[in-house]
Amino acid sequence: MKKRYFPKIRNDECKGCERCVIACPKGVLALGKALNVMGLPHVFVADEAACTGCSLCFYTCPEPGAISIIEEKEED
Amino acid sequence: MKTFRIIKDRPAGFFAEFEKRPAPLRHNMHYCPGCGHGVLHKIVAEALTDFDIKDRTTFISPVGCAVFGYYYMDCFGISTPHGRAPAVATGLSRAHRDSVVISYQGDGDLAAIGFNEFIHTVNRGENLCYIFVNNAIYGMTGGQMAPTTLVGQKTSTTPHGRCASEDGIPFRVAEIVASQPNPVYVERVALSTPKEIMKARAAIRKAIKNTMERKGLSFVEVLSPCPVGLKKDAAGISKFIDEEMTKIFPLGKLKDVAAERVPVEHPVPVYDREKVRAALFPQENGAEETESSGKKLREDVYNESEIFEKERRIKVAGAGGQGVLSLAYIIAHMARLRNFNVTYLPTYGPEMRGGTADCSVVASRREIASPIVDSNANMLIVLNQPSLDKYLPQLKPTGVIVYDSSSVTLPEIGENQVAYGVPAAQLAVGLGSTRYGNSLILGALAKMMEELFLTPKDTKDFSDVVEAALRECFADKPKIIAPNLEAFRLGKENAFRAETIKTPK
Repeated sequence: MKKRYFPKIRNDECKGCERCVIACPKGVLALGKALNVMGLPHVFVADEAACTGCSLCFYTCPEPGAISIIEEKEED
Repeated sequence: MKTFRIIKDRPAGFFAEFEKRPAPLRHNMHYCPGCGHGVLHKIVAEALTDFDIKDRTTFISPVGCAVFGYYYMDCFGISTPHGRAPAVATGLSRAHRDSVVISYQGDGDLAAIGFNEFIHTVNRGENLCYIFVNNAIYGMTGGQMAPTTLVGQKTSTTPHGRCASEDGIPFRVAEIVASQPNPVYVERVALSTPKEIMKARAAIRKAIKNTMERKGLSFVEVLSPCPVGLKKDAAGISKFIDEEMTKIFPLGKLKDVAAERVPVEHPVPVYDREKVRAALFPQENGAEETESSGKKLREDVYNESEIFEKERRIKVAGAGGQGVLSLAYIIAHMARLRNFNVTYLPTYGPEMRGGTADCSVVASRREIASPIVDSNANMLIVLNQPSLDKYLPQLKPTGVIVYDSSSVTLPEIGENQVAYGVPAAQLAVGLGSTRYGNSLILGALAKMMEELFLTPKDTKDFSDVVEAALRECFADKPKIIAPNLEAFRLGKENAFRAETIKTPK
């Protein structure tokens, strides 16, 4: 059984403060150039494979649901 | 086969949708990008569901950026006046024993305007979870200096940096709280790096747990980022907190005695209407004035006299110690006993004796808009000369004056104004104490009412209600009821309608 984790960004809830980009020890997240519904740049998942599911980005994010952490299980 | 599981998502302690936010932004909060409030709200919201206390938690929002806390938290919420969260929180936590009250205040709200209320709440050791958001600045109003602003820090009110000799030094609230014996848990945390955030999460969860177990006051000071107010980016503000703020506000646990404390207990509040009434008005005990007979009373004693149809505004004035306030109180009780709506508003100088005292009483069959009588008074009761001179202009052109003729010389009064006097102070000395003066004045009042306004049916009723009010007001001093009734009778005998010099119109 293999487990892997990845973050999911809700683009329209992100205000692009970059707290999660700084918080992630693996450099999974990065600030993009595209603007969301608020007219703000938002974070995107740059390196999904590096995610360990530590959830630090979730706790450092000031928005309620801009980041979710998802666990993927693969059974043989 | 692949299966997916969401391990971290929007905490259910938040409303699913923030209905009060403008569409289409109903899923995020009003805070600026990178604001620490959001991080803290998330920690609190997560705890609400994890501990299953959504249905018994009240989140008290301060004045400050977090004023809209009740938009977001799916629990009870109250927004309080500036700095007054501790008072509201105290009332709530005492009235609702099982509630978990989270008081959430910023540095302007708690450490500046509300510090007085806060520190006494700490001193009483109320059962509260206190979250103090310290961002070293007034965020909402545009970045002014707060009590917690660092020395040298530039704000819009300290453009050259906070100067220690001029503006004082940063105020360390957690240390003050920890120095008091009653709080059970005091910790200072920061929302800078993920490591510190996880410590903050643990501290807030501990504080909420303590409150659930009624251990007393738990206080968490949170060094929170305000990147917009301090004009920094996310990295800069975290660096500011870690390197500058923590020098002045050292992080860590300052006090934790929760394990040693027994749950806080207060007297159990009583919500039974009859019991509250009995406690408030002991003299009514045994009397037939229950709710059902109250209605009967209203029909039975509805005064027929025309004078009671309209709102009656009465000013009672004299020197402190003459019994001005108790006279007004008796009149207010008379009105209440006959089911008028009545207000009683005393004002007096700082002196106990010898200062001026006056009191406004308004009685009405309808709702009373204002309890203040400062013009168009229907009746002026004066016990000394300066009061008459001061308040005569406030009397209606058709108003009535009742005065103590032993100390007051009546000036010219209006053509349609009437004055009734009684040498109250003089007669009271004859009765043995100047304290009976106000009952003598009541006698004059009764005489005036009988001669001018009352129907025969109400005439007797008026004396009865004076007696009932006197008995009620002096219920705890039964010895003086009889002499006061005697004084009332004597006052009625000796009262006279004053021959006055009328000012022609």
